[in-house]
Amino acid sequence: MTPLGPDLLFKTLADPTRRALFERLCREGEQTVGALTARAGVSQPAVSKHLGVLRDAGLVCDRHEGRQTHYRALPGALAPLLDWTSQMAGFWERRFDDLEDLLKRMDQ
Amino acid sequence: MTDIDTEKRIVVVEREIAYPPERLWRALTQPHLMEEWLMKNDFAPIVGHQFKLRGEWGGVLDCEVLEVEPQRMLSYTWDFASDDPAFALESVVTFTLTPTASGTHLRMEQAGFGPAQKQAYGGAYAGWKQFLDKLEQVSAQID
Repeated sequence: MTPLGPDLLFKTLADPTRRALFERLCREGEQTVGALTARAGVSQPAVSKHLGVLRDAGLVCDRHEGRQTHYRALPGALAPLLDWTSQMAGFWERRFDDLEDLLKRMDQ
Repeated sequence: MTDIDTEKRIVVVEREIAYPPERLWRALTQPHLMEEWLMKNDFAPIVGHQFKLRGEWGGVLDCEVLEVEPQRMLSYTWDFASDDPAFALESVVTFTLTPTASGTHLRMEQAGFGPAQKQAYGGAYAGWKQFLDKLEQVSAQID
């Protein structure tokens, strides 16, 4: 379970290539970097970089076996996105920030 | 973090506002002001009035005014229609204004049925694609 908030998860998954890699790991289970690269449509260094970002966000973990690195998805990391109450609370906190800003600017 | 599909949930956000209720009420009920802090809208402070809130990300919320007590309380429905139960939402938003020595205590309560979680983690992940596609749209809102 990542202690990081939804914002990082949104930013991490906003990139379509990165999101596709995460989806594949969710659907198909653990895979090597080589297997992911074969169908990613981008170079292996690019794939490795995306996987590093996903790992930093707590969405995937890696395992070294010989010369191969295997990655698998940690879908539990998406829990904050599915927690409706924390999402809505964050939404209203941001709206209230904007509301206070507006109140300052409003004519008396 | 496993939610039961129809579990009723409540979100409460409170804030001390350094302005009197009258000023806050205008920001909560005048469409051109609402747009500045909430969303584009065709709101009117009349019980039964149906209106829409249009988010910058393209989403539209269906709303209906339930209660209006000038400078004290405002309540409206806050529904998001979606064929996908992971996004459908039916809720009620209630703003309560209480005068204080320094301004107004603002309380927002949103109660209703949040999105149903499609399935427990650890099983099949069909449906993630649609969910993740939505993320891209939502992420546009994040600074």
